[in-house]
Amino acid sequence: MTAPPTDKETPAPPPSQVLLSDAKGSTRRGDKIFSGLSKGSGITLLLIMAAIAAFLAYRASIALADNEGNFLTTFEWDANSIPPKFGIAVLAFGTVVSSVVAMVIAVPIAVGIALFITHYAPRRLAAPIAYVIDLLAAVPSIVYGLWGALFLVPHLVGTYEWLDRYLGWTVVLSFDGTAPRSLMTAGILLAVMILPIITNVSREVFAQTPRLQEEAALALGATRWEVIRMTVLPFGRSGVISASMLGLGRALGETMAVATVLSPSALLSAEILQAGGGTFAQNIAASFGESGQFGRDALIASGLVLFVITLVVNGAARLIIARRKEYSGANA
Amino acid sequence: MAKRIDISGLTAYYGDFKAIEDISMAVEPRSVTAFIGPSGCGKSTFLRTINRMHEVIPGARVEGKVMLDDENLYGTGVDPVSVRRVVGMVFQRPNPFPTMSVYENVAAGLKLNGRYKKSELDDVVEKSLRGANLWNEVKDRLNRPGSGLSGGQQQRLCIARAIAVEPQVLLMDEPCSALDPISTLAIEDLIGDLKTRFTIVIVTHNMQQAARVSDRTAFFNLSAVGEPGRLIELDDTDKIFSNPSVQATEDYVSGRFG
Amino acid sequence: MSAQTVADKVDRTDRLGIQQPRLPRLAPLGIAAGAAVLAVLIGVLGGLGSRIQWGLIAAILFVVGLYVISTVVEGGRQAKDRLATSLVWVAFLLAVVPLASLIWETVSKGIKVTDGYFLTHSMSGVVNVAPGGGVYHALMGTIEQVLIATVIATPIGLLTAVYLVEYGRGALAKAVTFFVDVMTGIPSIVAGLFVLSLWIMILDFGYSGFAGALALAILMMPVVVRSTEEMLKLVPNELREASYALGVPKWKTILKVVLPTSIGGITTGVMLAVARITGETAPVLLLVFGSPAINNNPFDGGQASLPLYIYQQWGAGTSASFDRAWAAALVLIVFVMILNLLARGIARWKAPKTGH
Repeated sequence: MTAPPTDKETPAPPPSQVLLSDAKGSTRRGDKIFSGLSKGSGITLLLIMAAIAAFLAYRASIALADNEGNFLTTFEWDANSIPPKFGIAVLAFGTVVSSVVAMVIAVPIAVGIALFITHYAPRRLAAPIAYVIDLLAAVPSIVYGLWGALFLVPHLVGTYEWLDRYLGWTVVLSFDGTAPRSLMTAGILLAVMILPIITNVSREVFAQTPRLQEEAALALGATRWEVIRMTVLPFGRSGVISASMLGLGRALGETMAVATVLSPSALLSAEILQAGGGTFAQNIAASFGESGQFGRDALIASGLVLFVITLVVNGAARLIIARRKEYSGANA
Repeated sequence: MAKRIDISGLTAYYGDFKAIEDISMAVEPRSVTAFIGPSGCGKSTFLRTINRMHEVIPGARVEGKVMLDDENLYGTGVDPVSVRRVVGMVFQRPNPFPTMSVYENVAAGLKLNGRYKKSELDDVVEKSLRGANLWNEVKDRLNRPGSGLSGGQQQRLCIARAIAVEPQVLLMDEPCSALDPISTLAIEDLIGDLKTRFTIVIVTHNMQQAARVSDRTAFFNLSAVGEPGRLIELDDTDKIFSNPSVQATEDYVSGRFG
Repeated sequence: MSAQTVADKVDRTDRLGIQQPRLPRLAPLGIAAGAAVLAVLIGVLGGLGSRIQWGLIAAILFVVGLYVISTVVEGGRQAKDRLATSLVWVAFLLAVVPLASLIWETVSKGIKVTDGYFLTHSMSGVVNVAPGGGVYHALMGTIEQVLIATVIATPIGLLTAVYLVEYGRGALAKAVTFFVDVMTGIPSIVAGLFVLSLWIMILDFGYSGFAGALALAILMMPVVVRSTEEMLKLVPNELREASYALGVPKWKTILKVVLPTSIGGITTGVMLAVARITGETAPVLLLVFGSPAINNNPFDGGQASLPLYIYQQWGAGTSASFDRAWAAALVLIVFVMILNLLARGIARWKAPKTGH
């Protein structure tokens, strides 16, 4: 949320004052050391980022050189067999499906809760609710995973059977009654997980809607919903988009919650209620234990793909935020 | 189009704080009534009770009656949302909807109320913009964002937006306080034109402005900070500024306090 | 002429048209109760097993019922307003149910085996499928790993923030700002893979708590930079100028004036970052290997960790191990929540002093 600090008004101390300083040598050395240290830290961060990309790419190249399958289109992940044959088709599909399910569920609900807190909840309730949702964003993902595996999975069977009864003909929503350790379940769990983040960011944006604009709509004889539609939503739109992208980034890279609720399989199936499938992160966690040196390199290759995808998504989110800043600055 | 306003025994609160107490007055149709008084005397609060905007602030409430001809705006079964259609409002700072074009801003109030044919909307938009003395300046950029206009133009756009729904009464809350002198003059001229069609109530900090634009002037004051504001005197503007009947009014208009 | 017809439409009658038929104030509650009763009836008669369905049916009945009744009584615009209101409430309730269930399940199931013994004993000599054992070794492991990560990440993060706010200009500062943003979004498993590839596979160090801490430090750095940056920007420039005017050099001004002024907010930010990495499982899974016994040396050999312990106990798949997983989850949540509450407490306590 911050731009580089370009407009600081801290003038350098006038030369006369520096000369007056008793230990001018030590002053200069002190400044040099300190600014060097802080600059060095910034450079360290850049080096870490570069190293992540470089080492992942290096190990991935080792794995890809010996891959008998096509990395992009092969379904199986048999990196430890001889010859190794692995591809990300199933993982990419599963990652996209579970994230899309999560977004479809979480974004409207999160926007609803954000509006609830800023515009609908009784005043006394709004602040505590916002606080609790803030705290929920801090619940570790493994706890969501545990809850998902032991509570959510068994409780979804009835709902899935119901969906199957009426919508089973769509194939996408068909279900045979076995434990639904499926992409759909993973998506629902991811939705619960990213809900607090999207809600928090959206809430902050909605709360910044200029009061004067809401009053303008009210004074024209708008109902509460019309006020929101005319002022709050247009004002907060880009904020909601970037919040959703941040949530999407989380969902794409989430490991433990998916690893605990999904029964992986090398199947690329449209029946998303049925157990099976996999995601990048889940596959890394699940396959890591039985992987040898080469298998790990293969997993690193898939991790590199995940890294690039999340970079793109997060970068896009930042761009939108930056644009929004310009936009709101022009109309402040 | 214009109606007479009769206010009696009006008291307004913010939570436990009583902002204005027991105000009664009549506002004549097709006239401009100015509210003057020192800061914090409750004149803006009072203005906002006339279109039931006061109560949108959490904890705020109103007692008393506001009669528009023979209907009480605070009567049972009255919908505050509909009241605001009948009593329009212009704010201290221009507040066009930033994501809407000039055209959409003016049409915003009508669109809330139902479907109109494009040609009908075109007519109303042109008529309202002409009514706000803005048509000639914006007719070539109706589809540009309303926030791209100058401050004075934005405020006239807001007036056009308010009059597009043909209200009975137009409330103006220090409409020129954020504008330069030339834009202010344009708005004051406009007020003179508008009063042939609407009952206008204007809050102003600027006594010359009150003297220039209003037919009648109401002076509000409060006895001490934390006390509720009261109506001290309402009379013809000439009389208020030349020969008021209350000493406090005289002190205020002659610049001795406030 | 046509403008006049529009005006007529707005000004429907010669009266003001401000009287609107409204539903009684408690009508939505009544409709909600009716929808709930009807949903239970449908659920019982239709033999629907899952309570989730009952809730969904009730929600749909309520939203549709209120909309229809309001359209008839109050007209379209009011009905739309009501629809939005009820959808917003439904969204809120929909979200409350799973989140409340998560907390409730963790607390009610976790409390069963959480006791003094659980907190002070390791899993040494306990088979995963049998009851008994505890979480002490994992708690210690997590605390050590998080401490090491904090010791690494905090100075780098702090100094980077100082660089960005006090020194940084030009391309380098812009690059750092951008990549800090990007780094915030790195999936934790990717950070784990990076340390795996460099530290364990290339430099050939073994699995250890320290390796896990390295990955956690990578995840923590950008969070510290961001929050510290925000706090430093809140320090008014007048303070810096006053210090310069006294002839104090810049580095001393930063150390003695700027940082102390914002120390409360910085502490809050660091603690929130600590809370965040405490629950990270994925990198730990790849790097610390895990251990059933107490290993207090984070630099040598496998170490346990709280999130990893939960994962492993869940994976063991027996009721005894599930109990331990819930209990460990409860310990972890309490730990993270205490950190969060403390951090917010500090922020609130320090806020007025830094606020002017």
